[in-house]
Amino acid sequence: MFFYILRRIPQTVLVIFGVTLVTFIALQIGGDPTYLFVSERASPEEIEETRKMLGFDKPLHIQYLIYLSNLVQLDFGDSLYYRQPALTVILETLPATIELTIFSMLIAIFGSIPFGILAAIYRGKWIDGSLMAIAMLGQSIPSFWLGIMCILYISLNVSWLPISGHVPFLMLIFQGEFIQAFKNLPTTITYLILPSFAVAFYSVSRNARLIRSSMLEVLSQDYVRTARSKGLSEYIVIMKHAMRNAWLPVVTIIGLEFGFVISGVVVVEVIFAWPGLGRTVFDAISNRDIPLVQAAVVVISLFVIVINLITDLVYAKLDPRIKL
Amino acid sequence: MNSKKTNNQNIKDFLFALIKNKWALTSIIWLFIIIAIAIFASQLAPFDPNKNNIMERVAPPLTLDKQGNMKYLIGSDALGRDSFSRLIFGAQVSLIVGFSAVLVGGILGTALGVYAGYYGKWIDDIIMRLADIQLAFPFILLAILFLVVLGEGLINLIIVLGIGQWVTYARIARAQTISQKEKEYVEAAKALGVNNFSIMFGSILPNIFAPLIVIASFNVASVILAEAALSFLGLGVPPQIPTWGAMLAESRDHIFAKRWWMPLFPGMAILLTVLAFNIVGDWLRDYLDPRLKEVE
Repeated sequence: MFFYILRRIPQTVLVIFGVTLVTFIALQIGGDPTYLFVSERASPEEIEETRKMLGFDKPLHIQYLIYLSNLVQLDFGDSLYYRQPALTVILETLPATIELTIFSMLIAIFGSIPFGILAAIYRGKWIDGSLMAIAMLGQSIPSFWLGIMCILYISLNVSWLPISGHVPFLMLIFQGEFIQAFKNLPTTITYLILPSFAVAFYSVSRNARLIRSSMLEVLSQDYVRTARSKGLSEYIVIMKHAMRNAWLPVVTIIGLEFGFVISGVVVVEVIFAWPGLGRTVFDAISNRDIPLVQAAVVVISLFVIVINLITDLVYAKLDPRIKL
Repeated sequence: MNSKKTNNQNIKDFLFALIKNKWALTSIIWLFIIIAIAIFASQLAPFDPNKNNIMERVAPPLTLDKQGNMKYLIGSDALGRDSFSRLIFGAQVSLIVGFSAVLVGGILGTALGVYAGYYGKWIDDIIMRLADIQLAFPFILLAILFLVVLGEGLINLIIVLGIGQWVTYARIARAQTISQKEKEYVEAAKALGVNNFSIMFGSILPNIFAPLIVIASFNVASVILAEAALSFLGLGVPPQIPTWGAMLAESRDHIFAKRWWMPLFPGMAILLTVLAFNIVGDWLRDYLDPRLKEVE
């Protein structure tokens, strides 16, 4: 395990470098990046001044090193619109996004297990057929459209759940107001249900299919037959013996899933007026607040990298077959 | 597939398998219809998709004109433009972006993957580390960053979405190339003095094509979804070009007025098209690789 971690860390560092390099290059590909930072009516003197101030007059490799050293000091640039450090803006909106992401991940992982198992047990029967048809549909529905339709039919027509908005929980936890946070929790969850359903439907569908096929593979193996012939109940066989191995492919994709769910969250937040990072990025697009978009991409990507590292380590722990 | 069979026999088998699977057949037919709609959009659309009509804004579906003829089949939008015509033209962007981005990503990814698998060593290392880096980004966010800087435009959209897809192809092509390069026909080609480029793309590539085609089919589906998401966020093609994603974005302002038809139709268009590509991809995978079917 130790050597695996030792090998995995430099890889992660390399990827982090790559991510910073790509986000750095992103600003350069449209030509002189100075023009992204000045208004259209800026005079040549102003443009020159901004160029000097932001260091765009320096050679590219120097610019990258400056960018990198700023990042290390947690300086992600300044938002043009809010006129404050981009990181401050992001940290304010991040808790809401994390809430939605975690809730969606939970649905994506635990929601798919019963469906996957059911489909595998009733392989070829109508339950299997209809579950897999729904899963196929789920992989083809745009999450933001699902969100809109949920608002239309569930919130507006039958008003079971709130239409949109957000009640803070994590933000309060971070601020140390635990009592208020837990008082909020039930309402927080009612607001979370629709958006996270819209985000997670795709992942639930994909994972259910994955669990089904990996379950089928496991169920055909000798040790499962042994367990059955020992006279163990079908429940024990499935949940204790088969599930343990059927799980593995799902664990591997949790890391990737996280990046995927985040992408969905960014878009779905816009529909549900969720005061998170996605909403902020959406506003930043219309304000052409490029440093903020850049900072958001870096922060989220670093997040994804760390989560990926953790899932890989967990996977190595779960599956001893991974060579150390 | 059996190489002794003639090409004709292969095509016959393929069509026969297709007809036997009613879902795949329906999907293929649906895709041909959508492609035809996109090609003949200007003949099929009852109105100019960009013609405003301030007097007839947000008309509900099945709105008739004064003579009692059908005017707005699925309503009109906030500027009084005919939604049905916009829906028809929207197929163009989805399909052009879907196919071109997959072509860009597929060619790039396959080329890099074959190189990585064939040469191995440091070339392989570099290409695969690049893939790792790309996978670390939540793709939509990276696309947003590049599109905000590059500005809107069909070509930019295709390039960004295309480059976003290369990793999948590269990984598959690499793995397949590694397993192929030890085979006799490659050895034989090497012994004959065929150059590496011809071996890679003349001999190996045709043998690893099947899984790549399957990936491509699923990929068109996910690119269409990504394009819709980006259009929804206001990135992508200029606003005067109708897209399904942009129609959904516009419908957002009408949710509270319960104008259900505004999001319904463009959403259904995306859903049905993406679904068709996914079903075809599923079927192609089963057809081209029967081993997978045993597991499923």
